[in-house]
Amino acid sequence: MAMTDQEILEGLGEIVDEVAGVPADQVTPDKSFVDDLDIDSLSMVEIAVAAQDKFGVEIPDDELKNLKTVQDVVNYVHKAEVSA
Amino acid sequence: MRLAEGTPGARILAFGGYQPTRVVTNDELAQTVETTDEWIRSRVGIASRRIAGPDETVTDMAVAAGGKALAASGLGPSDIDLVIVATCTPEAPIPNVAASVATRLGIVAPGAFDLNAACAGFCYALGTAADAVRAGTSRHVLVIGAEKLSQWVDWTDRSTCIIFADGAGAAVVGPVPEGEGPGIGPVVWGSDGAMADKIYIKDRDSFIVQEGQAVFRWATTALHPVAKKACERAGVDPSELAAFVPHQANLRIIEAIARKIGAPQALVATDIIHSGNTSSASIPLALSAMIERGEVGSGSAVLLLGFGAGISYAAQVITVP
Repeated sequence: MAMTDQEILEGLGEIVDEVAGVPADQVTPDKSFVDDLDIDSLSMVEIAVAAQDKFGVEIPDDELKNLKTVQDVVNYVHKAEVSA
Repeated sequence: MRLAEGTPGARILAFGGYQPTRVVTNDELAQTVETTDEWIRSRVGIASRRIAGPDETVTDMAVAAGGKALAASGLGPSDIDLVIVATCTPEAPIPNVAASVATRLGIVAPGAFDLNAACAGFCYALGTAADAVRAGTSRHVLVIGAEKLSQWVDWTDRSTCIIFADGAGAAVVGPVPEGEGPGIGPVVWGSDGAMADKIYIKDRDSFIVQEGQAVFRWATTALHPVAKKACERAGVDPSELAAFVPHQANLRIIEAIARKIGAPQALVATDIIHSGNTSSASIPLALSAMIERGEVGSGSAVLLLGFGAGISYAAQVITVP
């Protein structure tokens, strides 16, 4: 069964906390990874790898540059889950 | 037909390292490309690197490192019958570096060849040397990793010029004395040419190009199983490792792999901080410095893991001489 956006957001918060040490409660939809959460391109790769383990959704490197905000990732995972 | 008489196992008798004298700091690079010390430290973990002089060659650096290892081994030039130089930055395709190095060290008529497995080169060469000793085709092998990456770097490209550096590291490999266990475990090696476009130099007029994110993803997800397999094949549990010496590619890659191999007690080599990424030289350089500082004792088990362009990778467990 597909996860709700809220469930994806919570899971993503845990990942960002683990990868970059940013507290999960700061990982809110409108936050920009680079500008607000201080997450660089290599940490984004780590987040993508962790997201694959957690959500079963592959996020290729080519897609990463399009995923600027937390909401972008939630949307991507949601869409990939629905089409899977 | 008959085979040479082999030996039960090979070991490393001594290490040696050489670095050029010129230190290039992040602040110095920040004067010519748009970057900062903080940015470089946070992305790749490098504070400074060593860069060879304009007239200093790969052969010069290989001779310096090889000479140190040979002297430390207690052997003489006449004891060496094979010289392998792992390098991806020789001055020219021919002649090879190894034969010139041998002659300059007074080693007469050894087998001599260069080996290119990029940043995995030292582990490939060490595995090849150990097998040659074990098979009886060689008695003592001088294995060297030597690189002058600075000549293949675009010094206006801030994504690569902050990473790569120069240097050489060497090891002398020989047979294990009777009654003692092997000192070089089985090499676990592999490659994937489908990722050849992730790190490359297009032609002789080009510079190193690297897809940072793709390499990072591969290195942090695909290599810890290779490292673990090398432990398994050597019969050494990760909990028994005194140190983990991976190729010094990027501090964040090093730390990510180290977390995943299940050896929290092992000292992790972080020579990249002051040496940069020296490709095939990085593992022997890092390990020889750790031995010199007394951080790993004689007889302790150390896991080596090389990985880089090709893509190629190799790992083995060794015993510190």
